[in-house]
Amino acid sequence: MKLTLKVWRQKNNKAAGQFETYNVEANEHMSFLEMMDVLNEQLIDDKKEPVSFEHDCREGICGTCNMVINGQAHGPQKGTTTCQLHMRHFKEGDTITVEPWRATAFPVIKDLVVDRSSFDRIIQAGGYISVNTGQAVDGNAIPIEKDVALKAFDAATCIGCGACVSACPNGSAMLFTSAKVSHLGLLPQGEVEHSRRVINMVAQMDKEGFGMCSNVGACSAECPKEISLENIARMNREYFKAVLTSDVK
Amino acid sequence: MSWITNFLTSSIGRKLLMSLTGLFLILFLIVHLAGNFQLLKSDGGQAFNEYTLFMTTSPLIKVISYGNYIFILLHAVLGITIWLKNRKTKGKTSAVASKSADVTWASKNMALLGILIFAFLMLHMGDFWLKMKMNQTNMIDYGTGPIKDLYENVYNSYSQWWIVIAYLVGLTALSYHLWHGFASAFQTLGLNHRKYTPVIQFVGKAFAILVPLGFAIIPLYFKLFIVD
Repeated sequence: MKLTLKVWRQKNNKAAGQFETYNVEANEHMSFLEMMDVLNEQLIDDKKEPVSFEHDCREGICGTCNMVINGQAHGPQKGTTTCQLHMRHFKEGDTITVEPWRATAFPVIKDLVVDRSSFDRIIQAGGYISVNTGQAVDGNAIPIEKDVALKAFDAATCIGCGACVSACPNGSAMLFTSAKVSHLGLLPQGEVEHSRRVINMVAQMDKEGFGMCSNVGACSAECPKEISLENIARMNREYFKAVLTSDVK
Repeated sequence: MSWITNFLTSSIGRKLLMSLTGLFLILFLIVHLAGNFQLLKSDGGQAFNEYTLFMTTSPLIKVISYGNYIFILLHAVLGITIWLKNRKTKGKTSAVASKSADVTWASKNMALLGILIFAFLMLHMGDFWLKMKMNQTNMIDYGTGPIKDLYENVYNSYSQWWIVIAYLVGLTALSYHLWHGFASAFQTLGLNHRKYTPVIQFVGKAFAILVPLGFAIIPLYFKLFIVD
């Protein structure tokens, strides 16, 4: 299949960046990244600079293959990362626009690669469980209600790719942060540090310059792991509770 | 900063203020509409004018109305600052508009709708509230002493097509604003539950249609059936 690609090219964080148009011959069995590989081989053959993009596992769990494809984070297929998106979802002769994540808190490093270390700092602010000594307790020894375990697990499927931020018209990181707060806070092991965690993670999220949630729902709609908006509501109420009732300042 | 200012200036704290003021204004809409329906009584405006007298003289209503003005301003000013900040945090937007389903047009245009509603409010307040405050209202006597004939002001305003149309535009903006805002206020408060959220969403959408429709009936009824 013959495709026209409009790819965002940007030398570095300081450069302005613009779209470049390329023609690519792909086949429908390729993943989107394999199609991008074909483009890069073509560019290398032509002695041109290949398009920089992040990728790692190519099986939908690492959260690095981040591209805005035709205006949608990870492309048109619901609940799918770019690496799991196959070219059979496009038609012969299609023009496909490929951009990096769009948010001030994710500055472009080069082409389609953005700096997502702001997410790392949100995690560092409280997205963990402290186990200071001894071995971890056998998971099955702690009774957890099935529905609660499932909610925690659903939240834990967040791969931290940042699609939510890019999809959000406000550039808000509420879906990501709330998924982490939920996945840890719903379980007894994470409950201990819950108040401190939610206050510190929200403070860090604000400090990183993410926008404010207005419940548009684009985050969840474009999330490759389909993280629910329930998590945002949960983080809101847990935040109110933590601020108003805990000793954490 | 103390924990209180930290809380109220945090992203979630600001949204809490938007949600609470929004919910108050939703309650206000119900009371306002209920009062306005007295305009439809065919008694030459007596019920409405007596109601107006109560609303403008009761000390309790006075306190609530000043609270209402403050909440409208807070909701508007805070909304605009959030919108401006969010434009900055978003930065460059995608070159192609996203086609993702489940995202309503209203939810992405709350600030625009809010500005339209605020402009409408200025017209509305200038037309009735200001004229009444400036004593540009005639007096009428129903046998209990002279009272302000606000009904006449309503009649005069709604006999002009441009005002009726401006009201319809303002109320359409209000409808869209509520279409997203009603359920969104509950989500911000953290009230999201598999059992209740569908109910809240249904009530929100019904409210967003019925309440502005109720308000819209009044100028249309005046223009079409009473004046002409």
